[in-house]
Amino acid sequence: MSVQSEIERKLTEALRPERLAVINESHLHAHHKPEFDGAGETHFRVRVVSECFVDMPRIKRHRTVNELLDEELKAGVHALAVEPAAPGEPVRW
Amino acid sequence: MSGINDFIDNEVKTNDVVLFMKGTPQFPQCGFSGQVVQILDYLGVNYHGVNVLESDDLRQGIKEYSNWPTIPQLYVKGEFVGGCDIIREMFQASELQGHLEEQGVAVRGAA
Repeated sequence: MSVQSEIERKLTEALRPERLAVINESHLHAHHKPEFDGAGETHFRVRVVSECFVDMPRIKRHRTVNELLDEELKAGVHALAVEPAAPGEPVRW
Repeated sequence: MSGINDFIDNEVKTNDVVLFMKGTPQFPQCGFSGQVVQILDYLGVNYHGVNVLESDDLRQGIKEYSNWPTIPQLYVKGEFVGGCDIIREMFQASELQGHLEEQGVAVRGAA
């Protein structure tokens, strides 16, 4: 199973999101280092709207997502951008 | 490992604003670190940059110190404020300026 679909599965199960987008942005970071081609699954952006985030402070929202993806972050995902929102909050997507 | 923890703790506690980042404020080597540098520079905040690329122990140690998996990480008056997303969200919502001022950190152009 790809890292991307594993991230989608974990977030879907834990957060029951109203909306979820997991975007592989690894290619945007190609050539940061000479040996890095950006073809893998190293950089992700997670956009998620969930009831779980209602009344939850910003830092806790991010920590919640980080903790759900702890395994991935230890196994090779080295950048994780997170855009968490509660239903009804403005989002950029 | 305790050595690196003491080093981090000392940096965090002896500087009002500390940014653990990849590269330096003059030459960020990662786009996420660069975004936070731009925000702090825009706000005219006096901050201390620590380049985690200088040591693997430091790069790993800061993640454990804050229980936060990614870099950059911003600390104000000894407290972890957030990574790139949080700093940008706070800045865009004009909350970062308020947070810094509440902590007694000078911000340029404050109303």
